[in-house]
Amino acid sequence: MELLLASAIGVLMAAGVYLVLRARSFDLILGLTLISYAVNLCIFAMGRLAPGKPPVIRDGAALTLAQHADPLPQALVLTAIVISFAMTALLLVIALRARSGSGSDHVDGREPGDQA
Amino acid sequence: MLLPILLALPFAAALILLVAPRVGRNFAAGVVACAALAGMGVLAWMAPAMIDGEVLRFNVEWLPLLGLAFSLRIDGFAWMFAAIVLGIGALVVLYARWYLAEDDPPRRFFGLLALFMGAMLGITIAGNLLLLVVFWEMTSVSSFLLIGFWNHRADARLGARMALTITGAGGLCLLAGVLLIGNIVGSYELDAVLAAGDVIRTDPLYLSALILVLLGAFTKSAQFPLHFWLPHAMAAPTPVSAYLHSATMVKAGVFLLGRMHPALAGSDEWFWIVTSVGLSTMVIGAALAIVQQDLKGLLAYSTISHLGLITLLFGLDTQLAVVAAVFHILNHATFKASLFMAAGIIDHETGTRDFRKLNGLWRYMPITGALAVVASLSMAGVPLLNGFLSKEMFLAETLAIAHPPMDWLVPAFALLGAMFAVAYSARFVHDVFFNGEPECPAGIPHEPPRFMRVPVEVLVIVCLAVGIAPQYTVAPLLEIGARGVLQGPLPEYTLALWHGLNLPLVFSVIALVAGVALYYVLQRGKALHRRDDRPLAKLGFDATLERVIALSRRITAAMENGSLQRYLLLFILSVLVLGSAPFLAAPSAPAPASSLAPHPLAILVWVLAIAGVIAVLRWHRQRVVAVILIGAVGLAVSLSFVLLSAPDLALTQLLVEMISVILLLMALRWLPQVGAPEPATAIRWVHAAVAVACGVGTTALVYAVLSRPTQSVSEYYLRSAVPEAGGANAVNVIIVDFRAFDTLGEIAVYAIAALIIHAMLKGASSAVLPAHATPGPHRTSLLLQISTQVLLPLAIAMSLYLFLRGHNAPGGGFIAALVLAVALILQYMAAGVRWSEKRIASDWHAWIGWGLLAALATGLGSFAFGYPFLTSSTPYVAIPAIGAVPLASAMGFDAGVYMVVLGASMLMVSMLARLKSERGAA
Repeated sequence: MELLLASAIGVLMAAGVYLVLRARSFDLILGLTLISYAVNLCIFAMGRLAPGKPPVIRDGAALTLAQHADPLPQALVLTAIVISFAMTALLLVIALRARSGSGSDHVDGREPGDQA
Repeated sequence: MLLPILLALPFAAALILLVAPRVGRNFAAGVVACAALAGMGVLAWMAPAMIDGEVLRFNVEWLPLLGLAFSLRIDGFAWMFAAIVLGIGALVVLYARWYLAEDDPPRRFFGLLALFMGAMLGITIAGNLLLLVVFWEMTSVSSFLLIGFWNHRADARLGARMALTITGAGGLCLLAGVLLIGNIVGSYELDAVLAAGDVIRTDPLYLSALILVLLGAFTKSAQFPLHFWLPHAMAAPTPVSAYLHSATMVKAGVFLLGRMHPALAGSDEWFWIVTSVGLSTMVIGAALAIVQQDLKGLLAYSTISHLGLITLLFGLDTQLAVVAAVFHILNHATFKASLFMAAGIIDHETGTRDFRKLNGLWRYMPITGALAVVASLSMAGVPLLNGFLSKEMFLAETLAIAHPPMDWLVPAFALLGAMFAVAYSARFVHDVFFNGEPECPAGIPHEPPRFMRVPVEVLVIVCLAVGIAPQYTVAPLLEIGARGVLQGPLPEYTLALWHGLNLPLVFSVIALVAGVALYYVLQRGKALHRRDDRPLAKLGFDATLERVIALSRRITAAMENGSLQRYLLLFILSVLVLGSAPFLAAPSAPAPASSLAPHPLAILVWVLAIAGVIAVLRWHRQRVVAVILIGAVGLAVSLSFVLLSAPDLALTQLLVEMISVILLLMALRWLPQVGAPEPATAIRWVHAAVAVACGVGTTALVYAVLSRPTQSVSEYYLRSAVPEAGGANAVNVIIVDFRAFDTLGEIAVYAIAALIIHAMLKGASSAVLPAHATPGPHRTSLLLQISTQVLLPLAIAMSLYLFLRGHNAPGGGFIAALVLAVALILQYMAAGVRWSEKRIASDWHAWIGWGLLAALATGLGSFAFGYPFLTSSTPYVAIPAIGAVPLASAMGFDAGVYMVVLGASMLMVSMLARLKSERGAA
């Protein structure tokens, strides 16, 4: 299970990095989305994996981490998910404005070969 | 309490000059002179304590974690030095009052002078090495500004820049050295460092610390081969040269040698480095002084030579040498400052400083001439003047050296240096006041204004008084100062004019006769006037600087070529290197602690995620397809949260995924829907390789962590969730209670992002954003429209339910708000923005604002009950069908979160959606 998660995070990260290194703003946003999946999963995993033990306190379950998943990384990731969405939206709008300003969706603001 | 007042006086003067409405020369000079005189008064007040050998201290913690304390400390040496700084300072200010021209801004000049005076005082009385470095840098900066005072002149700018480059670099070395010393001793306090000499000298880092500190001292005191900045600093107004570049700032280096003497001196390394640098500086400086064509240039090289002499004395390992060094600091300050002032008078009255034009001035300015002659005789070391006394002591010390071959090398070169000193002094007197007739640009020269001469007179009288009757004048001051350096009792010595016929006296006589003869030979037929005095060191400096600048330009051009892609690649590569270094350094991988068997569903989700990612990579240029695919990947992430016991995260991820897919699709109307094909270049393979490396690295990192046992703080949250926060959902409790302050920051970030989007799209119309896809005819799906209208009330109810139960079960402000946002967006899509906004309250800014206020207000509310910010209280209220609802103040906070998240999400989406509708209307 650990290897499964770790490899999935690695694949997300690799694909994200590759897309982030593309020259077009939209690819970059896709890449960042993938990277934020990877990072959120990674932070989440730092609390270790505990299938079937949600961090909601139930009667009869001892208040230990043996009985519950670690709530702290979850709390951190919850807000991180929302904030990465805000970041995506912001970048999207920046990409729109950049393209309307320069006429190109290249990250450098001009088509390769054009001399600004 | 006296110490901070003493230090504050010059800074207060600078402040007054800064804020005063109108500043004339009299006012400005008066303010600074008053500060200097008041400082002298404070020093006089301290005199009894200094005579008793006491050390006065003042201590305030500043940055205790860094070991930086604002501690001041004055002992005899510091006291003596402070007296030089303030005494010469007062005279220089008086002199500068007359020197400055009508159109020179007095506010700037005297303000900077006061600033420098304060910084210099700070160096002398700093009781903490880091604080000393702060003041040290402050003198470099104020010196830079003063050298460049006439900033319309190129030579002033270049000289200032060179001085700052050299002394600034030296200051950085000093900082590094001080950090090493602080590391060795465990404290930056001067008292601790001075007491730890033996520890420092036996430490393996001693040599590095020594060299770094010495580099600081040598650059400041213009020691060979870093001496060349000083002659170029002569572009400064002459009062600045007299003050900074003869009496005080350049003495900061030798002050540091004296200050650190108990801590660093007494080793062979110290002896060899300091002595040889001092000796070579003394001889080379004196030799170069003879051939200068500029009056101040001669004085500058002479200063370099004398600083070399003092450095040499500090390098010798006898206590008497230290006494001689302190004595020469005092003497040099007096005669050299007066000579600079005399040079300034000559420059002022004749309009030139060139030896080739200045001749025979004795007839026109006899009083100034007499003063200058006396001072230069002191510089040459002629008996009855103070320069003679310390030079005798110096020669005696060089003859007492025991280290071969320095035992004959140093005396021989000392004699040579003394001879050169006589020769350049002779030139100064002969070439300026005799040797022909002047050719002055400023007409026939005459004596300066009365008060411009007063400071010179005072200093020359001091030279004479000390020279004739040292035991009645300078003896107590010298004793106090030298005791401060040695931190203990002084060796036996007598200050007297006549010590009997001994070897030093013979040396002096030889130097006098040979020096005059040397000048006579060199100057025959004005031969010295034809010498080229182009400074070689400057050429070397310029060439080095040019090479350094060219190199950094090349590096910059190679790194920073304007391509963001490339920056990002470099950035990722460095992260990769930094991240893999620890892996490669410690390659041992212990066996996994405990491995969970993979759940069959997990394998399914894994396959979904990997397939999604590969598909995104494959079709990332077909952007609409890519957005759908990335939604699928997000779904897989959400499912893995489900499998790994994170229901809140799964819900959040799912909802965010919906909104972001919608947002991305909306944005695609204004971006090319098919990405431009890339040229198949090698760089793509580099990118792919880097990406794979990142993936492998991340996998290794995550797996390494997961296969090791953990120690979490989280059991605390589990234990106290119910008793302290009244909630069973530990995640929600952490968000709205334990770490609510974080959450407050995060919703603020979210709100700010939405407002930025609003600001960027507000003015944008379809003219600014040409669409890439032409919409088909607007078709309203009746089914969708009707069903969303039915769905909306349900969604509102669901959202409220999730919100209310969030404290005890999965849900809460974030999730509930996102649920409602998704439903509303669906409504927008089905019926159009206008239709929807007419019917739904849509002032999303207000939601954001009120939400933030609500969150803040609940936080502040706990103040009213005497608890810290954001402390919650937890009464419960039973509501039928939902159960016990905590009427905790955390609920109010969560309501704020709800409003911000809803408002901000809707604002982002509606801004993009409205763009579309505007175009539709056009």
